[in-house]
Amino acid sequence: MLKDITIGQHFPGNSPVHRLDSRIKILVTIAYVVFLFLSNNVAGLVLNVVFVLAIYGLAKIPIKMLKKSLKPILPIILFTVILNLFFITGEGTPLFHLWKINIYKEGIIFCIVMVIRIICLISGTSLLTYTTSPIELTDGMERLMKPLELVKFPVHEMAMMMTIALRFIPTLIEETDKIISAQKSRGALLDSGNFTDRVKALVPILIPLFISAFRRADELATAMECRCYHGGKGRTRLKQLKITGNDITISIVCVVFFAVVLATRFVFPSLI
Amino acid sequence: MQEMIKATNLWFGYSEEKKSVLNGINFSAKKGEFIAVLGSNGCGKSTLAKHFNAILVPEKGQVEVCGMLTSEEDKLLDIRQKVGMVFQNPDNQIVATIVEEDVAFALENMGVEPAEIRRRIDEAMEKTGVYKFKNKAPHHLSGGQKQRVAIAGIIAMRPDCIVLDEPTAMLDPEGRRKVLKTIKSLNKDYGITVILITHYMDEAAQANRIVVMNKGNVVKEGTPKEIFSQVEMVKKLSLDVPQTSELAYEMTKLGYKMSTKAISIDECAQQLYDFLKG
Amino acid sequence: MSVLKIENLSYTYNEGMPGATKALDNVNLEIEEGTFVGVIGHTGCGKSTLISHLNGLTKPQQGAIYLDGKDIWKDYKDIRQVRFTVGLVFQYPEYQLFEETVYKDIAFGPKNMGLKDEEIDKRVKMAAEFCGITKEMLDASPFDLSGGQKRRVAIAGIIAMQPRVLVLDEPCAGLDPEGREQILSQVKNYHLTTGGTVILVSHSMEDIANYADKVLVMDSGKVYKYAPTEEIFQDAENLSKMGLGIPDITKVFLKLREMGIDINTDVYTIPYAIKTLLKYKDKNGGAK
Repeated sequence: MLKDITIGQHFPGNSPVHRLDSRIKILVTIAYVVFLFLSNNVAGLVLNVVFVLAIYGLAKIPIKMLKKSLKPILPIILFTVILNLFFITGEGTPLFHLWKINIYKEGIIFCIVMVIRIICLISGTSLLTYTTSPIELTDGMERLMKPLELVKFPVHEMAMMMTIALRFIPTLIEETDKIISAQKSRGALLDSGNFTDRVKALVPILIPLFISAFRRADELATAMECRCYHGGKGRTRLKQLKITGNDITISIVCVVFFAVVLATRFVFPSLI
Repeated sequence: MQEMIKATNLWFGYSEEKKSVLNGINFSAKKGEFIAVLGSNGCGKSTLAKHFNAILVPEKGQVEVCGMLTSEEDKLLDIRQKVGMVFQNPDNQIVATIVEEDVAFALENMGVEPAEIRRRIDEAMEKTGVYKFKNKAPHHLSGGQKQRVAIAGIIAMRPDCIVLDEPTAMLDPEGRRKVLKTIKSLNKDYGITVILITHYMDEAAQANRIVVMNKGNVVKEGTPKEIFSQVEMVKKLSLDVPQTSELAYEMTKLGYKMSTKAISIDECAQQLYDFLKG
Repeated sequence: MSVLKIENLSYTYNEGMPGATKALDNVNLEIEEGTFVGVIGHTGCGKSTLISHLNGLTKPQQGAIYLDGKDIWKDYKDIRQVRFTVGLVFQYPEYQLFEETVYKDIAFGPKNMGLKDEEIDKRVKMAAEFCGITKEMLDASPFDLSGGQKRRVAIAGIIAMQPRVLVLDEPCAGLDPEGREQILSQVKNYHLTTGGTVILVSHSMEDIANYADKVLVMDSGKVYKYAPTEEIFQDAENLSKMGLGIPDITKVFLKLREMGIDINTDVYTIPYAIKTLLKYKDKNGGAK
């Protein structure tokens, strides 16, 4: 069932990672991705893996979740592996040779590096949504993007749209489920026939879904007006983001970590 | 008593339709009243309700809220803070992904200080009995719970009046019971004026005053006893009466004298007791 | 002969996960052909899960559903035929309308059945008549109709498939008293004219009391009781305790009993209430 899909799953908790200011969390996540791709040596990669695992431990997110979040990207990982394995040509003789396929040592090493990077990338970025509630996330982004208001970028509106989208995803998924069931009850065939048949079969689902989404949007707009909504001007927030000791400590740890990762580039030989 | 809302000779028609929806309505709500508005679908109840907090403005006539005209644009936010509104579908009025954030939405819009927001939303959530869900996501709540969250979001503005447009239509009996209990407590314990639009006669029976609408007009006004005792009139307007009045009415038709004014279960039972013992 | 038979049916949502909830717990039930069955139970009692099993939208995790003595999941390919035989009207069915005209929307089901155009036309007109849909409305866009009318169009869309069992999930939710009355009497009329089986899920004990021959009360995924309507209301006190909204009239009679009058409390409609009152009065010597 569609209901089983979860988007941007969040695991409420009270660990230092959860409590970390969402702005810092977003920045650290971005920095992590950058430094992940800057680390090209054994030590750097190991540090990155240790860093992610340490944070999972600190945030008390079960490792099972890590497996779950990696599952959908398995095809991407495999695709990357195969592509790099076959197409990277190294110096010297290939380790393996069959017809036109040559596999070089460099290819294997590159594959390993890429797989580690992708796994770290996914597990690191999912940590952000696991430990941050959607509202904190949009809040943090709104505040980080605040300077863009100077160039007339509609920061508040974007954030509001994101909040509403997050709020309505479960509702609309449930609605889709219901409409599918209703049309199936009228004998609609949704999963058979050729391509055109299938596209045609979507009409009885998409039209009601769109109409319903518009009706909801209309009602929501009225309800928001009733609650004095008049854009971002003069708005205050319930949750003030305040930098605490926890934030400073974690920030320092992260900066040190990134510096070390960067330093490994100069100390250890590059793998790729 | 002070007038909370006063509509005088109110006319309104949605521009795309030629026919007007409200035809010269006069309506007033006094401070602290609990008014139920009845009428079949399409009689203009919801359109009228939307005039009470300036979502719609009259084409002819006027609506006054605490002495402010709804047509004055600079008073808009003041009016909406004074008169809060709750709609039928709880899903379509909750904005945020966490209950307490949603309850805070109106206050954030009003620019209230964070510490004060916290105080007021806690109070609003206590009053509506949703405090224990404050950190939950709305889609994990039942319909009745969501509707009470929506009410809390309005109560947090500390309005003088709350208008509810069929708030229980989509709920199960349990959810209905709790929402109605909350509404009654807001009226009784906190003196908030309540205007409740409903199709459920048992809910209307608990109001101080019932206003019956038909085809864009107010056709009857009175206490629940006065309205529901006129069984034939109510049925003619394609509405229902509580089963208690209906029983008395049918018994009277058979030649047994009974009062259709005995609306509550206890009154009706007492009347039947006298009948059976007498 | 029972048209539907449910045997040892159990269903658990999110099985094996931490948030697992048992929606149906070993349900056994036989529904006789031609009965008007009312189904009640508070939210989460499993009634929605149960009805989505009846036309094969949900596949049983345990147990089976028999339609005319045949397991509906015996042959996967037959499941569509089951959906035409057991017509399911969802809650707020007006949200499934999608065609340009009312006529086309009602014809969607019969068309999927692969019927000939003449037969489709006949069925659409028949269904429209049952649901009080006028000729002019048939050519209109369903989105220009009022809420109550849309709902009736959606119900007609199921009736046009001429199901032998018509299942309706809260067909009156959100309607005004007149709209409720209209839909329920149309369903009753359909039931009486065609002799088809009707299963009506409702929160309104009044509606169930007025229309159903038999009532199924569900409680936490189990069948609490399945019996003729009078029998169900003999148990009114317990129903009330389960959080089901019993009719006001029943409450009055429960109150009378509390006041020391030894009167039947299985009262669920006004005419029945009057009969009971007069019978008591007669028996206990009170003259008219």
